[in-house]
Amino acid sequence: MENKQSPLGYISFSIFAWIVGLLIFFPIFWMVLTSFKTELEAVSIPPSFISFDWTLENYAEVQERSNYFKFAMNSIILAVGSTLVGLVFAVTCAWAMAFNPTKRTKDALLWMLSTKMMPPVGVLVPIYLVFRDWGLLDTRFGLIMVLFLINLPIMVWMLYTYFKEIPTDILEAARMDGATLPKEIIFVLLPMAVPGIASTMLLNVILAWNEAFWTLNLTTSDAAPLTAFIASYSSPEGLFWAKLSAASTLAVAPILVIGWFSQKQLVRGLTFGAVK
Amino acid sequence: MSTRASTLTGRIMSAPSIIVLFLWMAVPLGMTIYFSFLRYNLLSPGMEEWIGTLNYEFFLTDPAFFASLANTLLLVGSVLVITVVGGILLGLMLDQPIFGRGILRLLVIAPFFIMPTVNALVWKNLLMDPVSGMFAWLASLLGLPAIDWFTNVPLTSIIIMVSWQWLPFAVLILLTALQSLDRDQKEAAQMDGAGPVAIFFYITLPHLSRAITVVVLIETIFLLTVFAEIFVTTGGGPGLATTNIAFLVYTQALLQYDVGGASAGGIVAVILANIVAIFLIRLIGKNLDK
Repeated sequence: MENKQSPLGYISFSIFAWIVGLLIFFPIFWMVLTSFKTELEAVSIPPSFISFDWTLENYAEVQERSNYFKFAMNSIILAVGSTLVGLVFAVTCAWAMAFNPTKRTKDALLWMLSTKMMPPVGVLVPIYLVFRDWGLLDTRFGLIMVLFLINLPIMVWMLYTYFKEIPTDILEAARMDGATLPKEIIFVLLPMAVPGIASTMLLNVILAWNEAFWTLNLTTSDAAPLTAFIASYSSPEGLFWAKLSAASTLAVAPILVIGWFSQKQLVRGLTFGAVK
Repeated sequence: MSTRASTLTGRIMSAPSIIVLFLWMAVPLGMTIYFSFLRYNLLSPGMEEWIGTLNYEFFLTDPAFFASLANTLLLVGSVLVITVVGGILLGLMLDQPIFGRGILRLLVIAPFFIMPTVNALVWKNLLMDPVSGMFAWLASLLGLPAIDWFTNVPLTSIIIMVSWQWLPFAVLILLTALQSLDRDQKEAAQMDGAGPVAIFFYITLPHLSRAITVVVLIETIFLLTVFAEIFVTTGGGPGLATTNIAFLVYTQALLQYDVGGASAGGIVAVILANIVAIFLIRLIGKNLDK
């Protein structure tokens, strides 16, 4: 179809496609734009698109009034912490499943997936009570454990598919040369799997950063990440749209960048290899 | 390779992950099942007693359950239709030569990376506010009355927000599938005089069927438990208009402290999700054998 397309057809179709794409992107664009307005301009009708006094005061105020960086720091600690803990478990597990499979490896993989499919409300009550009794509510440690566990199946699965692509001969050759198991994993397997491990980590950071069921239910202030911080804007006092936009822009910016870089791997991770 | 020693190391190395996941899933699930048979309210500690299936009878005959079940199905069904149809159309669009296609694709998939609480509040305040929102202004340009989205059509508003978030997921997967479509086959059909519509229905759509199934199953699992978008915008209201099963269980557990009732609700949610999960696991399992 496309070979025969006329230049005019190419141009008009491009214009059409860009209009559609910009409409989909519009809410994000509008949020970023509003974050540079004063509160009065943010609610003005008709809305101002360019001709307003660009200001950075919202960004300053978000930090001053609500200690934004504390929540951002929690988000970073939870996302990175759960990813690192998950990596230690997932690498060993995926290594075993990819290179030393048993008859039950496939069942184990599918069973791991099935845990991901259980709705969180099914275990909300006992987890909440256990966290309360053990003093884990609103602690970073508790949330790192939860985020690590809910994403572990995806990490194992993704690493498994990457490890499967590595020829076993190379690992065997290393073993012949007298490499011990830890050496084999650290010096032979991991360097070859760096791209796969990196994209697994990125996907896990994205999922942990945006997770909003457990973070809303198990935190109040000390360990609250950005999801909970933004949620606190749902019952505002006074004018707040510009500040909400500034806080939101800061909260989504890093993950948007990471997400754009890892969009290909995302398909692999989220469909468990069912679509290639 | 599969000597007895290596099988053993394999078991030892995969054991930690399997054990922690088992503890994380099976133990709390067991506790939920146990609680669901108790009269257990956090406001009256020490009064727990075995009441059999009474919690289930209350939960399943509660009008709130039917309302939230209907809302859940409506939410999941509408978002699925919107994202799959939209995903196919956008996937086909992005599969064509377009000026700056790489950048355009980034813009289209961006909503997927927006955290749910940001998504909900940006839509509620900046776009859907009946006085100062973008939509109210657009309506006034057209001479139409502004819609008070979250009062008059609350569930539709939630559906729009959630669809916007999940549309990129469908686009990403369907586009990936479209790109693996055999060009020769399409060209051969064209030679034989097949029009674009015929090519779409007889070649493209059958090729996409598997990817569509995956999108439907995975989205269903996530959409059954939509929570944050409801939590920060409507709080389940007005009335029960936007309460889904996940939110109903949450209100029973953490707002009414009814552990027994909430546990029964949680088990009902698990059963609903499992109906979908069985199909998905089978599909992925078949793929694993290839």
